[in-house]
Order: sequence, then structure tokens, then C-alpha cells
Amino acid sequence: MLRGVLQLGLGRGLLTRGLGSRGGGSTVDWDEKVSEVKKKIKSMLPGEICDPLYDTSHLPPEQSDVVIVGGGVVGLSVAFWLKKLEKRRGAIRVLVVERDHTYAQASTGLSVGGIRQQFSLPENVQLSLFSINFLRNINEYLAVVDAPPLDLQFNPSGYLLLASEKSASTLENNVKVQRQEGAKICLMSPEQLRNKFPWINTEGVALASYGMEDEGWFDPWSLLQGLRRKVQSMGVLFCQGEVTRFVSSSSRMETTSGEEIIMKRIREVHVKMDNSLEYQPVECAIVINAAGAWSGKIAELAGVGKGPPGTLQGTKLPVEPRKRYVYLWHCPQGPGLETPFVADTNGVYFRREGLGNNYLGGRSPTEEEEPDPSNLEVDHDFFQEKVWPQLAQRVPAFENLKVRSSWAGYYDYNTFDQNGVVGPHPLVVNMYFATGFSGHGLQHAPAVGRAVAEMVLEGHFQTIDMSPFLFSRFHLGEKVLEQNIF
Amino acid sequence: MKRRSLSVPWRQRVALPPSGSPPSCLPLEPSCSAAWSPGAPVETQHEEQPRPLGSNQCLRPDSCFTSLEERYGPDIAGAAFVLKQGGAVKFQDQEWIRPNKHGRFSLKFLKFQNVPVEAVDASGCAINYHGLRSLLPLKELRSLWLRHCPHVDDWCLSRLHPLAGSLQELSLAGCPHISERGLACLHHLQSLCWLDISDLPAVSNPGLTRILVEEMLPSCQVLGADWTQGLRLGPEQQPRDTASPSPA
Repeated sequence: MLRGVLQLGLGRGLLTRGLGSRGGGSTVDWDEKVSEVKKKIKSMLPGEICDPLYDTSHLPPEQSDVVIVGGGVVGLSVAFWLKKLEKRRGAIRVLVVERDHTYAQASTGLSVGGIRQQFSLPENVQLSLFSINFLRNINEYLAVVDAPPLDLQFNPSGYLLLASEKSASTLENNVKVQRQEGAKICLMSPEQLRNKFPWINTEGVALASYGMEDEGWFDPWSLLQGLRRKVQSMGVLFCQGEVTRFVSSSSRMETTSGEEIIMKRIREVHVKMDNSLEYQPVECAIVINAAGAWSGKIAELAGVGKGPPGTLQGTKLPVEPRKRYVYLWHCPQGPGLETPFVADTNGVYFRREGLGNNYLGGRSPTEEEEPDPSNLEVDHDFFQEKVWPQLAQRVPAFENLKVRSSWAGYYDYNTFDQNGVVGPHPLVVNMYFATGFSGHGLQHAPAVGRAVAEMVLEGHFQTIDMSPFLFSRFHLGEKVLEQNIF
Repeated sequence: MKRRSLSVPWRQRVALPPSGSPPSCLPLEPSCSAAWSPGAPVETQHEEQPRPLGSNQCLRPDSCFTSLEERYGPDIAGAAFVLKQGGAVKFQDQEWIRPNKHGRFSLKFLKFQNVPVEAVDASGCAINYHGLRSLLPLKELRSLWLRHCPHVDDWCLSRLHPLAGSLQELSLAGCPHISERGLACLHHLQSLCWLDISDLPAVSNPGLTRILVEEMLPSCQVLGADWTQGLRLGPEQQPRDTASPSPA
């Protein structure tokens, strides 16, 4: 009976295929057939992926030395430096796994793009100085044959940080640290501030610090595209997929005090394709967690934090996504071309955008006001109630402004001390972190990429000593607090 | 005085000063390589006869700017750098010193101890971000011309702020890499009274940029694009065109 049905089906198929196909092939898609045949012939040639069952070219490779989870500016910077510092060309195979190639929610593209040396920690100042050197010579670092040079649209207008009576001495100490590292920052009194920037209302300002050089803002999207282009030319593989599982092997070790701990080593990364259940297990030697706001989830998948609280096994990666709003407004009588990136005493910040009297700005909410990070919807009332009054108080011209547009982005917020986590995990020995920068990841990306690459290739930090930023500080409780976060 | 030929190896050229050398020529370190030939006299008017310089009188390329600075001071070192680049230098109350068409120049400015440099014309020179370091210690520099410099860009302009106390004239005409973002950091130069920003191809909106720069530097005369550039003509100024209907 089955044979009868099959014959009927085939027969119907023969009949319904149409009289035209027999005659001249007008309904048959010759182009598609020709390209299919070409693909089959190509796959028979040596060196090509030979999978006669189905096409696997969209899948990542089955084996890769380094897998970088996250293809934002930090992940790409790590890939760049790994390829640049490898001892022999082609020595390391690097795979960058990025879930969303449109970067719709990635912090890089949504960033305001500022870069400054005005930090309180000397290591952060060094990171910024390295990164600004990288940006200044970007066309030497990221040159690709036959491609046009990159234009980062850097505005060297500097940062202006205002301090009230309470925080004036902290600001002065910070400037001392910054100057020691080589940054060119000058301190200004309220009177000097009024002379230089007549549009500022200096009420409540006791001291201000102004970056004269090497500070400003640039276009993060062009940096991302430049890195992508260069990194692809260096042979790094890209994959659009999501990391869903780590397969690791563990071994029991005993510490010097007799305690038993379990050391893990990630063997495979399961990368799931978009919109399908298909996944590819990628064998790897090293995994770099540069997943930004979602690094906490990736770390949990790897088994970081699974243990009794208070122990090293139980210490989770304290990085979570925090939503921040950015508003773009137009103010016809606003400050002119000389406007720096102004950060007020209460956390409100703004900068000029373009030549048309448009300004970008926002404010970091307090802990109680933290918005829900499950989506990127913008709260316009936040601007009306929390941002605009402070702006208008500091710059009276901002009383008449009109919001043109707004967007929201994530900070990969380190709830412990608002500073980055860089370096290997003590127990999951081949997972390296490059995340948790809480709003200054973009400006430190080139330097952090180099630090992680040095750690992976040499085993220790060479250019900048990032040992205060290792994971172990979460367990030991040693905070490296950065005061200038906004 | 015996003239040395260039076929002589450099070690022989670096010798002790001949006994007949005039006292005004200052011997430099014998270890310097003769990468520069000592300058032939410049075609400017001098009272004294320009003297041909001895074989040991040579200046190393700009990598020894620091040693020149230690020995002669920042003004002379900066002037040497500019002249090596092909630019011209004017010391206070002196004439302009320019290299001739072979790139050679007189070394008599080495005598100008404690005379500040007041004007630098580095137009067309390949000066870049790192080279500007030599100009920053010139505390009395009044006039700086950087016309048609191919490597001067926004980063270089952000470096000019140490000259704020003295710089009165600045010309950036024709530099292909300067945009309005670099012009924004000229507000540090509060003594500026003449600024030329004409013919900057990388500036996106020259007319508007000129207006904004004039607002930023109120006491400065800004030469640049015509501010009506980029504006559309009003209806009464539209050229009469019989093909198109005139607006009601």
C-alpha cells in the first residue's frame, strides 16, 4: 500500500512539475542550480570544508585556541592585541562570538564616547593615557591595505570636573595623582572659571579641574568598525551566535592549608546559532569573558560563584547591567565651540554635539532611582525632574532647551567597586575577564586589550600593572574604588 | 681654509677645529654624524662677510633636540629644528633666517644667546604632532604660520595651549587635516588677535565655523571663509530664469 501511495505521489509530481520544464527550463532556476553545483565542486577541492550532508559554513570552527565571548570594543581590542603580540604569524586561532552583529544593545555604539585622564586611581590614568596614544596613532595601528584611513572625529575639547566645598580636597588630590602620571590637568578657581566660561553659574563650585590636552570625545562606532576591519584582516574568525554552555573538566586540588578546592578548565564552548536550536561545540584552550553587561551570566555558565557564599568558589562576578539614559537637546543660546565635557558636582554631565548648538547629556541615577535594566526604554520624566533642573541651574542658558532625541544603553556595572575586572579567575583557570568597567570601558578598551593579551601570552602584565584589578579582590574584600564615575 | 670633499668618510670629517678658525664658530660634539652639511651662507644681508664653516660644524638631525636645548637653550634649539624642517625663523630684532633652495642655512643664530624667537614660518613643512614639542618652549613666540602643512591636524592644535601667553598671530590656511573640532581648542590662545582659517577642506561648514570661532575669540580678527558661504540666496536675489516659474 505504501508503494502505491509513493507511486501516486511521484506520478503526481511528474505531472504537476509542469509542461514548461520539459520544454525549455523557464521555471527551473538555473542560476541557483549552477551556484549549487559550483559549491559542490569547490567543496571537493582540498582544504575546503567537506560536509556532504549539509552546509556548515555559517557555523564556527570546531576548534579554536582562544574564544572571545563578546564582540564589542573590549572583545575586539583583546583580539587585536592577541594577534599583534603573537610570536609567529598565525600562531593563535582566535574566534570572536558576538550574539548580535547589529550591536543594537551593545554598550559601545550607545556610548557618549568620552575619553579623559581625570580618574582617582593611577592605574586608570595610565590606561587612559595609553588609550589616547592609541587613538592618536590609530591609522598606524589599524591600517588595512587598500582601505581608507579611519577618522575618529575626535574633539580635543577636554573635560571640566566641578567640585563643591566638600569634594574640593578630593579633587585636588586626584589632580595631583593625574599630574604625576603625566596628564595635563589644571585646577581653576570659581573666578577663573567665570572668566574662561562666562556661561557657567559658579554657585556651589569651590574648585574645578580642566584637562588641557588628550581629553575629549570621539565616535565609538568608527573605532568599532576600524577594529573589526583590522581584526578580520589579521585572520580572526567571527561568529554570530550565543554562548549557551561551557563544558569543563575539573580536578581536585589541595591548598597548602589542607583545604580541598576544585579547579576547573573549560574544554568546550557551545555556541548556539541565531533563531535555531543548532549549536556548535568549539574546543578551546582559553575563554575571554568580554560580554559587557551580560558578563555575569556568562560567568555563571562557567561555574563562577557556585559554592557556599563567603568562599572563593562562592564569589560571583559582581557585574550586572545598569541602564543609563542619554538625551540630545537643542539650545539656541547655549555655550559655544569651546564647551568642554562638563561634569557637575551632582553627577549631571553634558557635552556639545556638532556645530548646531546641540548638546548631549545625562545623569547617573542614585541607587534608589535605578531603572529596570530588562529593556532599553527611555524615561523622559527622568530628564524633566532630575536632569533639566540641575542643567539649568549650572548653565542658565539651558532654561530654554528642546529635547530632540534620547536613547538608553547599559553600563557593565561592577557593584563591588565600579572598576574593571581583568585577568584570570583563580579557580576556572582558563577564563579571563575583561569586563565590569562601569561606564569607562570604551576609553580604556585599547589598554585593557593589551593587558589581557599580555596576560594570556606572557602570563603577567607588562605595559601597565593591572594586578589591583584581578578577580581575587572580590573574595579578599579589597576594593579599588574609583571616585570619578558618572 | 681647506675645503673638504664629500667623498671623505665622516670619521675624518669630524676632526678638531683647524687653528685658523674664527672664534665666533662654536665647536660641537665630535661624536655627531655629518648627516647635515654645514650651511652655505643665506642670501640675506649681513654686515660681515659670511664665513664658510669648519668641518666639525654640523648639527645632528632633530633627534638631538634635547642636547641642543641643554647646550643653547630652547629658543635656539627650536629655531634649529624649524630650519632643518625647511621653515623660517625670526629672532627678536633680527632678520628672517631661511634655508636656501638646497636646504642649507647659516649657523650664526647659534650666537643669539637669550634672544627669543618671535616668529616661526613653518608653512609647507612636514611638522607633525611630535615635532611641535620643539615649538612649545618658545615663550615669546608671537607669530606662527602653519600654512599648507600636510601633517598638522586636530591633535596638533590641541597641543598649542602652552603658547597662550604670547601667540598673537596664527595661520592655518590650507592644512588638509584640520577640522572644526581642532579649531574648538584654539580658545586657550587668549592673546590671539589674528587668525587665518581659510581654505580648510576638512571643515564641514566653513561659514558657520567662522562665525562660531569669532564668537569664541571675541578680540581676534578671523580671516576665513565668507560667512555667507553655504547660505541659499533669497528670492529677490535668485537669478532670473525664464524656464522656471517665479515664486508668488
